[in-house]
Amino acid sequence: MSRSQSHERTTHFLFLAPAFLILGSVLLYPGISVLWLSLHRRLLIFDISRFVGLDNFAYLMQDARFWNAFGNTLYFTTVSVSAELLLGLGVAVLLHRAFRAKGLMRTVLLIPWAVPTVVSAKMWEWLYNPDFGLLNYLLGLRINWLGAPALALHAAILMDVWKTTPFVALLLMAGLQTIPGELYQAARIDGASPWMVFRTITLPLLKPVILVVLIFRTLDAFRVFDAVYVLTGGGPANTTETLSIYAYKVLFQTLQFGYGSAIAVTVFLFVGLTSLLYVRQLRGVTT
Amino acid sequence: MAEIGLQDVHKSFKDVEVLRELNLTIKDKEFFTFVGPSGCGKSTILNLLAGLEAVTSGAVFFNGENVNALPPGDRDVAMVFQSYALYPHMRVYDNLAFPLKVKKEAPEEIRGKVHGVAAVLGLEPLLKRFPRELSGGQRQRVALGRALIRRPRVFLMDEPLSNLDARLRVEMRAELKELHQRFPATTVYVTHDQEEAMALSDRIAVLNRGRVEQCGPPEEIYGQPATLFVAEFVGSPPMNVIDGSLLPHLPVSPSVLGLQDEGNLVVGIRPADVDVLSQEETGTLSAQVLLIEPTGNNTWVDGLWRGMKLKGRAVPGDPLTPGRPGFFRILPDRWHFFHKTSGRRVG
Amino acid sequence: MKRFGFFAGLLLLTLFCLGPLVWQLITAFKPTAELTTLPPLLPSRPTLNHFAAIFAGHPFLRIIANSFVVAVACTVLSLAVGSLAAFALARLPIKRKGLILALVLCGSMFPPIATVSPLYMIIRTLAVRDTLLALILTYTSFALPLTIWVLTHFFRSIPRELYAAARIDGCTAFQSFRMVMLPLAVPGLVATAILVFIYSWNEFLFALTFTATAASRTIPVGIALFPGLHEVPWGEIAAASVVVTLPLLGLVFIFQRRIIEGLTAGAVKG
Ligand SMILES: Nc1ncnc2c1ncn2[C@@H]1O[C@H](COP(=O)(O)OP(=O)(O)OP(=O)(O)O)[C@@H](O)[C@H]1O
Ligand SMILES: [Mg+2]
Repeated sequence: MSRSQSHERTTHFLFLAPAFLILGSVLLYPGISVLWLSLHRRLLIFDISRFVGLDNFAYLMQDARFWNAFGNTLYFTTVSVSAELLLGLGVAVLLHRAFRAKGLMRTVLLIPWAVPTVVSAKMWEWLYNPDFGLLNYLLGLRINWLGAPALALHAAILMDVWKTTPFVALLLMAGLQTIPGELYQAARIDGASPWMVFRTITLPLLKPVILVVLIFRTLDAFRVFDAVYVLTGGGPANTTETLSIYAYKVLFQTLQFGYGSAIAVTVFLFVGLTSLLYVRQLRGVTT
Repeated sequence: MAEIGLQDVHKSFKDVEVLRELNLTIKDKEFFTFVGPSGCGKSTILNLLAGLEAVTSGAVFFNGENVNALPPGDRDVAMVFQSYALYPHMRVYDNLAFPLKVKKEAPEEIRGKVHGVAAVLGLEPLLKRFPRELSGGQRQRVALGRALIRRPRVFLMDEPLSNLDARLRVEMRAELKELHQRFPATTVYVTHDQEEAMALSDRIAVLNRGRVEQCGPPEEIYGQPATLFVAEFVGSPPMNVIDGSLLPHLPVSPSVLGLQDEGNLVVGIRPADVDVLSQEETGTLSAQVLLIEPTGNNTWVDGLWRGMKLKGRAVPGDPLTPGRPGFFRILPDRWHFFHKTSGRRVG
Repeated sequence: MKRFGFFAGLLLLTLFCLGPLVWQLITAFKPTAELTTLPPLLPSRPTLNHFAAIFAGHPFLRIIANSFVVAVACTVLSLAVGSLAAFALARLPIKRKGLILALVLCGSMFPPIATVSPLYMIIRTLAVRDTLLALILTYTSFALPLTIWVLTHFFRSIPRELYAAARIDGCTAFQSFRMVMLPLAVPGLVATAILVFIYSWNEFLFALTFTATAASRTIPVGIALFPGLHEVPWGEIAAASVVVTLPLLGLVFIFQRRIIEGLTAGAVKG
């Protein structure tokens, strides 16, 4: 190879180098080192650090609180993502027909997405307030939404639905826009009912976008931390403690870095497996 | 100022070989054209000459110097693209000035050169406009101007006229030729329009699937096509091709040319070398007239002869009617013979 | 009738999206005494006391400034680093681009909780805990995958010939990036900048763990840990929420179209 060609290669690499450097040191390195940490018993305050192999994971299997957090996370993810998808689909189809108000409605939809999660959690905490909350006042009830173990997780889900349904709807709307209008006209001329048009044209053509939205949302919901942490702190009686919250508490309240990392690794694994699954699905749809 | 040499150039994308065994010399100040059907590798050749792509093997020479390793900016070439590739965020003035600015020429000098080129191409009233505010023909001129302004040693043009309408294309074609005469510089031109190639070029190379089928002056390409592919590709309307098995019915015998093995021959005759008459004469082929297409200066006639279509030229003042007989008179000495399996010219 | 249903739907949707925020806005203007009585829904006499309180009683201005510095620095850094990489991935002849891009995308799936413990230890070792730098670098690395992904899309949508033309006109790869590609990618840069800005303005987990005092505390932590003496100061929290949300709403109003372009660039097209 000639000198100036290899010189060009070097410059090409220089374009990528800063990104590789940052991603490698602040994302990839911690991502690997968390695996290493999870194989240790490590207590920050006492300067204890001992390699224990898979002990942390063995302990995890018998840790009722871990399974509780796992169940909460799964429940939170499943319910909120399905609700958001269904509602979002409804909203998208509704707004797709709105011609003049579209820009305005888009802005309205973007607002919940843009509000800082912490702000929205504080906002909903206030709405849920048992004594002075707007929700109880409007419903004429006196329910302790965030204090009742059966209700708290659902209250958190409702907040998540408020915050992300609009986002889901926006993405689905963009997907709807890629479906050529002639298809609908042709189906209408063939005498298909609106429901049939939706089932046989809209839904199949929207499937790739729906899958992408599902990936985004599932991964996001499974990692949920700030929304629930600020709203309930994981209570009452750990009924809203998600995996991320549990891991955070173990890491930074009891300072068990090894065990906390092991919990975090399970989130990592689940996220990885889920995305693998979805990506395989997506391949099937697009090819 | 530049002679271009291509020595044993191969180019592959992944496993697909796009160009093979390219050996050519393009002379200094020559207007050299590559023609060929879509996908035959024309643009790839220009990209190799410009240094936008690297050769897979072989070498490109400018004035005898191997330029394989030179990046595009150091090759001193200018290129006009089919899509013009004007910078959308710059006004016409800045588009023209861009190559000089990159070379860090003095602002005074740049201004002079921009106005000079604008004057040559009639762009002065447009200097303050953005490319999106120009018509197709005007964009074309700006693209030409941006190439001209640097006085590069080589001009590369990739189908520069193909986005223009038919009339403008012919106008710009003449203008290009005039420009080349005024400012002679080595020009490598690419088109899939053989007529354009014939009209503009000193020499033409006909490409087929990444290989040069024939290289020579336009008259040679048209008059003595080296292969059946060239014969069929060059000339409009395309050449009539007749299977060798029909030779006994034709007023020509290959044996005069010392050829044998008639079954392995293909015979070609250009429609322009065929007159179609309404009355039979000796040596004419009698056919049924299928279609008459007047194009202004010529009227082309399709006839059905022994199950195959023949095209010829109507003789002015001799009326023909579709469905009636027509008699095809073929000018002597205008026959082309090709080897059926190899496609090579024989005789 | 159908039309009526349609508008009723729009109205309901608007109410659902904006209702909670409007209530927060009302709360911010309510005198403290009226916070604990319902009705009235609206304040009898709107007051600015809560707003005054957050600025007078707390280092709230400092916290806002921190957030602003972090968000701006992270946006600039992400865009600078990300656009270079995206340009290379979109136009330069680099081997295994597909693989690199796929890996970058994987980066965006990293759960923050999985990196927080090692990062915390690194930050402690480097003694940059409670500094803005720790947050800026962390946010940048989490924003980079999305930045690269979206910008690669934008660069790819710029015709190939423009890059070729710039190279032939004498530019080096970097010059063509700076003088031709970058100016043409401005819409994409704006879209990405807003997404990154909003992400860093809102991030909570890292901010919570890497900051200790008002010296580096950002808005989300400031609001989550809002100090109250005996009871939760709902009025002040509402006022603070309004103050920190307004700039974002401004961005949303101005750049609605761009934001959606950025959000959908990866999801719908590719
Ligand atoms: N970057 C590339 N990667 C892979 N294959 C390519 C690439 N560029 C060109 N090719 C292939 O190389 C062949 C030649 O392409 P080229 O663009 O040179 O054709 P062309 O003669 O200019 O055609 P046209 O008249 O349509 O412009 C085509 O089959 C094309 O698909
Ligand atoms: Mg081409």
